[in-house]
Amino acid sequence: MSSNFRSWPMTLLLGFLSLPIIVMMVYLFVDTVTDTTAGSLIPDRFTLEHWRFLFDAPQAGRSNIWSVTLNTFIFACSTSAIVVMTSLTSGYALSRLNMPYRRLLLGGVLTLHAFPTVTLIISIFLMLQMTGLYNSLLGVILVKTALELPLGIWVMKGFYDTVPWEIEMAGLTDGASRFTVWRRLVLPQVHPGLAALGLFSFLAAWSEYILPQVLAPDGASQVLATYLQNLIKDDRAPDFNMFKSVGLFYAMPVMIIYLIFNQKLMNIYGGGTKG
Amino acid sequence: MRILLDQFTKTFGATTVIDKMSLDIESGEMLALLGPSGCGKSTTLFAICGIHRMNGGRLLFGERDVTHLPSQMRNVGVVFQNYALYPHMNAFDNIAFPLMIRKMAKPEIERKVLAIAELVHIEGLLKRKPAQLSGGQQQRVALARALVREPDILLLDEPLANLDAKLRLEMRSEIRRIQQETGISAVLVTHDQVEAMSMADRIAIMDQGQIVQLAAPKDMYDEPVTDFVASFLGNPPIAFLQGTVEGKTIRLENSDIVLPLDAQAAKQGNGTPIRIGVRPEHFQPEHPVKISGKISFIEEQGREELFDVTLSNGMRLRSVQANGGAFRLGDEVSWGLAADKVLTFDPSGRRI
Repeated sequence: MSSNFRSWPMTLLLGFLSLPIIVMMVYLFVDTVTDTTAGSLIPDRFTLEHWRFLFDAPQAGRSNIWSVTLNTFIFACSTSAIVVMTSLTSGYALSRLNMPYRRLLLGGVLTLHAFPTVTLIISIFLMLQMTGLYNSLLGVILVKTALELPLGIWVMKGFYDTVPWEIEMAGLTDGASRFTVWRRLVLPQVHPGLAALGLFSFLAAWSEYILPQVLAPDGASQVLATYLQNLIKDDRAPDFNMFKSVGLFYAMPVMIIYLIFNQKLMNIYGGGTKG
Repeated sequence: MRILLDQFTKTFGATTVIDKMSLDIESGEMLALLGPSGCGKSTTLFAICGIHRMNGGRLLFGERDVTHLPSQMRNVGVVFQNYALYPHMNAFDNIAFPLMIRKMAKPEIERKVLAIAELVHIEGLLKRKPAQLSGGQQQRVALARALVREPDILLLDEPLANLDAKLRLEMRSEIRRIQQETGISAVLVTHDQVEAMSMADRIAIMDQGQIVQLAAPKDMYDEPVTDFVASFLGNPPIAFLQGTVEGKTIRLENSDIVLPLDAQAAKQGNGTPIRIGVRPEHFQPEHPVKISGKISFIEEQGREELFDVTLSNGMRLRSVQANGGAFRLGDEVSWGLAADKVLTFDPSGRRI
């Protein structure tokens, strides 16, 4: 820190501005392990009963939290995997191959990205009903993947664009096939983009609410977002503390991912490779 | 190995970049493709290594017709202008890559990489990533990678363009040494005439997709076939004077300067327009055919001095002198041409 710049006023200001968020976070955590009398801010007693949803058999009409969590994981992982694999290959094609209608494709992909999901939801609903994928996790995965793909393709294309042509030419003259060149020489250069895109699409699917809610409302294919919503929807006496506990449980993987990978997540905005 | 490019044609869309060009590279020689940007020299190089498809003609490596073979099956070694080292691999793996692709045995790879590293003097750097190497060292790694699988031909695309002046001098002789030690046929693409003259056995000078002249550097310098070749070779460059033939003399345009250049004038009829090319070393105080003018520019280069002399009609001659210290800017001088060294060209630029 340079001597002509004092940091404490800035820290104080930022701390003050962040206070509401910090308070919310603290109470989210505190309320999951305590009971508080209505109207009071000070918790009365420590309890773990708000976490009983993790161990108890579910009430009638509710799903088991673990099968819902598994669903969410399947949903997020498959979405992320398909987005990554498709973006990896199509980004390369759009960046490198001299295909017909390349510009049109690029523009089309971008237009798709510009559509808000909600505007498409009715037609998607009808399509899934027609194809028999309505109310199944597979249907939601496909729809979420399709909506995530435009960003993925563009991000990967951007990363591929930064890899010099000569590296590929050198690989070819060194005797490697086009595929080997891509796998052994180009892929390692776009590796940061790959990791970031994988994480981003995982997180996007993990936090997706509207698609599972509309397209797969049934218990069998419920995900955590819709489970959370069900928790307070039908009850005459909503248990907000349990709602918070489930919420914290739901947010935990996201926080862990951010803690571990925050460096890589930054990279997607850097948009380049370091040699 | 002898490389033969026969009637090579290359088009991009509707434009023909190179039209029916033929080039014969002898075994073990270093041939420079020299020309201004956009003359088609890199296109030719990429056609030889198989990155560009040929639109017409044949390419022979020895007796083998490789015209339609993809790059991978041609056995060419290429050094790119920016070296194109694989940034995620260390120098050893970079050099070993072509051998690994051929599924060569590990000990064999190691032996070959070490041998070639020794040849290009990078034994101590093999564990480093390209980013940790200097420009000259990257260049050496790129050379080693191109040479390690003993290619039929080594292609160098502007290999010195990215180096600073001092390294350029060093790598110029290094590349030449390595090429001569391995005895490999090589093609050097460059726009720098000094590079071409100092490194190559023969130079093919290119302009607008055509080879204008193919000769050894010295022959090309002394006997250029066109004024384009004459102006491209030599630093400081050749100076041109416009004139017309008058009997056994040449009268310079818009002046009463008459040069008794009978040998050159005799070949042309009276009244024909003519261009005279004078290299700076052939315009000296002691030479016989005197011509007067005023010194309009002096450039001190340490070992020698460069003068521009403006004639009464505004034309300019250059002179380079090792001991010209006595002259000042603005001096009226009467220096001479070496009559037998003066080059003459017809109006279309062809040598007379």
